[in-house]
Amino acid sequence: MRMHNGNELAKERRKTVARSVLLIAPLVAFLFLFFILPLAMMLLYAVSNTEVRNALPKTAAEVREWHQNTLLPASAFEALAGDLRADSGDMQLGEAARRLDYEIAGYRRLLFKTAKALNTVSTSSNWRAEFLRIDERWSELKYWTALRRASEPITPYYLLAALDLRIDDSGNIVRMPPEQRVYVGTFIRTFWIGGVVTLCCLLLGYPLAYAIMTLPSKFATLLTFSVLLPFWTSLLVRTSAWIVVLSREGIVNSALSRLGLIGEPLQLIFNRTGLYIVMVHILLPFMVLPILSVMRGVSPNYMRASASLGAHPVIGFLKVYLPLTLPGIGAGSLMTFIIAIGYYVTPALVGGSRENMISFFIAFHTNHTINWGMAAALGLLLLTCVLLLYATIGRVIGVSRIIGWK
Amino acid sequence: MLESIRSKTFVVLAAVSSITLLAAAAHAQDLTVVGAGGALQDAERKAYFEPFAEKFGVKLTEDTYTGEQAKIRAMVLSKNVTWDVIQLDNAEMITGCEEGLYEKLDWPKIGDPDDFLPVAVHPCGVGAFAWSFLFTYDQNRIAEGPKTWAEFWDLAKWPGKRGMRASARLTLEAALLADGVKPEDLYKILATSEGLDRAFAKLDKIKSNIVWWNAGAEPIERLAAGDVAVTTAFNGRVSSANQSGKHFALVWDGQMYGQDYWGIVAGSPHKELAEKFIAFANDPEVQSKFPEYITYGVLNKKAISMVKPEIAESMPTSAANLKNAISFDASFWAENDAALTARFEAWRAQ
Repeated sequence: MRMHNGNELAKERRKTVARSVLLIAPLVAFLFLFFILPLAMMLLYAVSNTEVRNALPKTAAEVREWHQNTLLPASAFEALAGDLRADSGDMQLGEAARRLDYEIAGYRRLLFKTAKALNTVSTSSNWRAEFLRIDERWSELKYWTALRRASEPITPYYLLAALDLRIDDSGNIVRMPPEQRVYVGTFIRTFWIGGVVTLCCLLLGYPLAYAIMTLPSKFATLLTFSVLLPFWTSLLVRTSAWIVVLSREGIVNSALSRLGLIGEPLQLIFNRTGLYIVMVHILLPFMVLPILSVMRGVSPNYMRASASLGAHPVIGFLKVYLPLTLPGIGAGSLMTFIIAIGYYVTPALVGGSRENMISFFIAFHTNHTINWGMAAALGLLLLTCVLLLYATIGRVIGVSRIIGWK
Repeated sequence: MLESIRSKTFVVLAAVSSITLLAAAAHAQDLTVVGAGGALQDAERKAYFEPFAEKFGVKLTEDTYTGEQAKIRAMVLSKNVTWDVIQLDNAEMITGCEEGLYEKLDWPKIGDPDDFLPVAVHPCGVGAFAWSFLFTYDQNRIAEGPKTWAEFWDLAKWPGKRGMRASARLTLEAALLADGVKPEDLYKILATSEGLDRAFAKLDKIKSNIVWWNAGAEPIERLAAGDVAVTTAFNGRVSSANQSGKHFALVWDGQMYGQDYWGIVAGSPHKELAEKFIAFANDPEVQSKFPEYITYGVLNKKAISMVKPEIAESMPTSAANLKNAISFDASFWAENDAALTARFEAWRAQ
């Protein structure tokens, strides 16, 4: 009888589980189809190297056979001639030319020039001579080694470039020339700006959350409302509003100069100061709300207990209240920091060029230079940093406490 | 109960899908024209879009973009083209044409090449208008402003922030001109690595005082707000601001002029209608009205002679404004943009 009941119970439980799985199945499918899959596909661009192999298949096969210490075979020229003449005029050649231009500046032009010139040649017994007649650069081996690097199934080019590194013609990993080093510095700056913003948000947000907890409900509502207000306004509107407020003849500067506090207007916008002011304002709710939710769970009795045991309020705060609200601080800081290091619209609008963060370059390569491999590599690095950070903080505070399952 | 919900769902689904289909069908007869937005597109609307839609009884849908090619490339690659006619920057048209982003134009159909200034005729584009890139300041704040690019750099005499475009193009040219390079040698020097170093060294001198702009409206807004003392800008935007009561100077000495083009996105679903639109915009009578709405130059020779003289005076192409002018070298940029932009962005971030 007992056994039977247990079976029934297990059956019932399985049914419930099946039902809940079915209920969240659409969500999981949605997440997979529209979030994880595109993300993975985008990240694949960071190592994908298909352009040259698609547009110039015969040449790619030839140069991959060729060993650098030996003479370049004449068949490589013939293969390239065949590939260029067979180009169907869709976008493949353009893609390959773009890819080769990353290896050597000017390769794009060389390839199009050669393709155009080859159209007038019907046949040739010596393709090598034909190529050299069109452009002498074809005699330089570096153009062929670049072609081979771009013909491998996957490439480390973008990931190395995202760390300001490159592979030179002899195959060693070397640093980029100084005037081209940009990403490592930008990553460091991104984390610095994110850190400063997070710290400012914490210093402002913690007392604010505490005030909301302790003030009479009328004021608390008002305070909560003013924290939440920016949440309901579009990011662009808020940013543009700050430009008006902080500009040379804006409200802040005119008020200060009318009060006689400053002679010359302060430079509050289009620099780091402006960026900090605007980002802290926008990100403050992400700090206040998690702290507030944790504070609500801390019973005032703990502080009373510590006081009745003779602890000074400062000691009580440091030893009792602060540790109890630490998960809120962890969650708020993590959220603020992660969102902050992804910013690019705000820095572009209210910062100068020294305020550009790594997302600026991701957007720049996606939209402007159309170098999606580079955008993907930078994105992959940023994502890795975030995951590492998450894992570290998760280890210190506990992931379950951060996301609120106690 | 369940049955009725099912049938209701079906009705709703059917309604939604038929509306979508209808919308798609209606869309099929529209021509989508994509411009750069702002005062420029307002002018194009009055001069070209509205008269065209009226004359041929088609629905013309507008869209705007910032000149970035990523969206067009994604459309063409995925064979899901929703844009037809597009206004193109010169250098982007050249590279895009080679890479197959734009349709080859059927020239006799859209106009006689001999009617145009030679620069306006290209396999993938026809010149839509001539712009000028120059610098400006607010005459209400600065009575006697800088007159040359060298003076633009003079922070002692004219203190305050400098507005500059966050792009290697035109900015590197301005730096070399300020450094004393003669207009005729400009691109020759810019093509050398010493010339490039020289341009960046010149920019270094005012780097901490530069406020960068991206969209064409930004320099005008910042000048009006007093956030920059002197700024580079496109002439049409300055003139539009002056028409609305501003008193901004147009410094024509050392201006750089170039052209934008009309092109057709490769695989456009309404290619014939798109050609019809371009042919319409090429008509001298129609084109000669365009500078009345915004003071950019036109490129059809017949249209140029029909522009009212008082308007022709403030166009980039009028003789008085061409003193020391530099013709923007689009083929130089089509070749060197990737390398120079990479270095420019690295320099800006340092």
